[in-house]
Amino acid sequence: MTERIIFYILAFIMIVFSLMSVTSTKIIRSAIYLLGVLMATAGLYFLFNLNFLGAIQLTVYAGGIMVLIVIAILLTHHVGFGLPVPDKKHMILGWLAAMIGITISFFQFTTHTFKPKIGNLDDRVSKMGADMLHYGDGGFVLPFEVISILLLAGIIAAITIAKGGIPHLKKRLKSGQPTTVSSSTKKQ
Amino acid sequence: MHGTERFTAAVHQWLLGMFSPGAAHIAEMVLTGLAYLAFFAVAGLALVYLERRIAAFFQVRLGPNRVGPFGLLQTVADALKLVAKEPIGTKKADHFLYSLAPYFLIISSLMAISVIPMGAGFSAFDIDVGVFFLIAVSSVGVLGILIAGWGSYNKYSLIGALRSGAQMISYELSVGLSLLTMILLVGSLRFSDVVQAQSDYWLIFKGHIPAFIAFVIFIISGTAESNRTPFDLVEAESELGAGFHSEYSGIQFAFFFLSEFINMFIISAVAATVFLGGWMPFHIGDLEGFNHIMDYIPGPVWFFIKTGFIIFLMMWFRWTFPRLRIDQLMKLEWKYLLPLNLLNILLMAFFVWKGWYL
Repeated sequence: MTERIIFYILAFIMIVFSLMSVTSTKIIRSAIYLLGVLMATAGLYFLFNLNFLGAIQLTVYAGGIMVLIVIAILLTHHVGFGLPVPDKKHMILGWLAAMIGITISFFQFTTHTFKPKIGNLDDRVSKMGADMLHYGDGGFVLPFEVISILLLAGIIAAITIAKGGIPHLKKRLKSGQPTTVSSSTKKQ
Repeated sequence: MHGTERFTAAVHQWLLGMFSPGAAHIAEMVLTGLAYLAFFAVAGLALVYLERRIAAFFQVRLGPNRVGPFGLLQTVADALKLVAKEPIGTKKADHFLYSLAPYFLIISSLMAISVIPMGAGFSAFDIDVGVFFLIAVSSVGVLGILIAGWGSYNKYSLIGALRSGAQMISYELSVGLSLLTMILLVGSLRFSDVVQAQSDYWLIFKGHIPAFIAFVIFIISGTAESNRTPFDLVEAESELGAGFHSEYSGIQFAFFFLSEFINMFIISAVAATVFLGGWMPFHIGDLEGFNHIMDYIPGPVWFFIKTGFIIFLMMWFRWTFPRLRIDQLMKLEWKYLLPLNLLNILLMAFFVWKGWYL
């Protein structure tokens, strides 16, 4: 019973914050509302005893991505800077699309019968770690390694951009031509 | 059964005798929450008092000594003054975010403190991923500082907040990796398992060389993580006024102040739990007589002695090291601590693989 009440409170928070996040005209505020949604999602995971997933949600979304978004906003925007209110046509189209989306998902949720998962979910961290490095049946060593290579590529790309080490970009910077990557690749 | 376990069991029985099981469960949750809030306030006040007394000790002064015996009530009087003060904000500030920011810090520290065992079975939320959960929730606190700096509409606050963002994100890595080094020895992220693994030797003795390196790295990065001198660029008095909380006054300022000291407590408590054995008494192998004598001292006393020792160490740093520049701060983390930490993990993994630990 208590769990049900907590679930409804969290769901209410998620719905209200996600609506506020898309309707707010101040960009930093919508970021904070988005944070509310993500935290409430983490709360749901903790409610379902998926502690590892909840902690991951907190580190990756609340601690990582939201901090990045907020820092990006702090560096690029002015305090009190509001986005312009979209014109009538876009608003109507947006609401229409949202309504269609809600109808489709509502239809799906009411017609589809969900099967409850029988048995205990083994979510021990040690089991997860073993699965992650298991190369037999049901192991995840290949995706794990591929993702680490992807991350390495991302880090190298970030360093290259930060150091300005792309030769043809440097040349264009000197001659004062536009330096976007897309324009330079088109000409080649 | 330890004393603290008996205590929680007695409270549980008492509540079951008074209410139905469902209501007793809710009453337990409320009581735990209230206990943590009370602990939060008392620990914060005590730490501010300690800070001032220890600062005075290092400067050959007396420190607060007029209000109450040994000046013990000085910080209480200060807190009352802060609560009674009118909160004055900036006119053009984003008032919603401005008033929201302190709660981020308070809530994240409260959640972090809930997983630390202060005695046998004496933590609110003993979960499978305890250490990771602690790192996860403490990473939310930095958002509070960023929002406070932005919402204040003050350039010093904003500079302080951005410095803090850069600093806390960088040093979180070292905190996490140095804890991970010790987790290699224990094999579990649950805090009670971490403490239980230290019933023969504390982990810092068990893992000898790599454990000691990890301990030093943890203390350095933990000091940085809680924004204390020599890493207090966030609120460098001589450059930025009070940094991100320049524009706060009254109770909101008190919140920031309190959460800063509680963060120091959390870092010290984690250091005490992971490296120095937490509430576990000091045992030497199978020296029965010595171990029995040590067992007479209750667990929470051990916990607070060890935490107090680390807190004293961190207060000592404050009057020993000069403040770093921002580029030195970044260099220290990314060029020295992080590579050292990664090598240290490899070293520890090798030692664990070979079984070269106590």
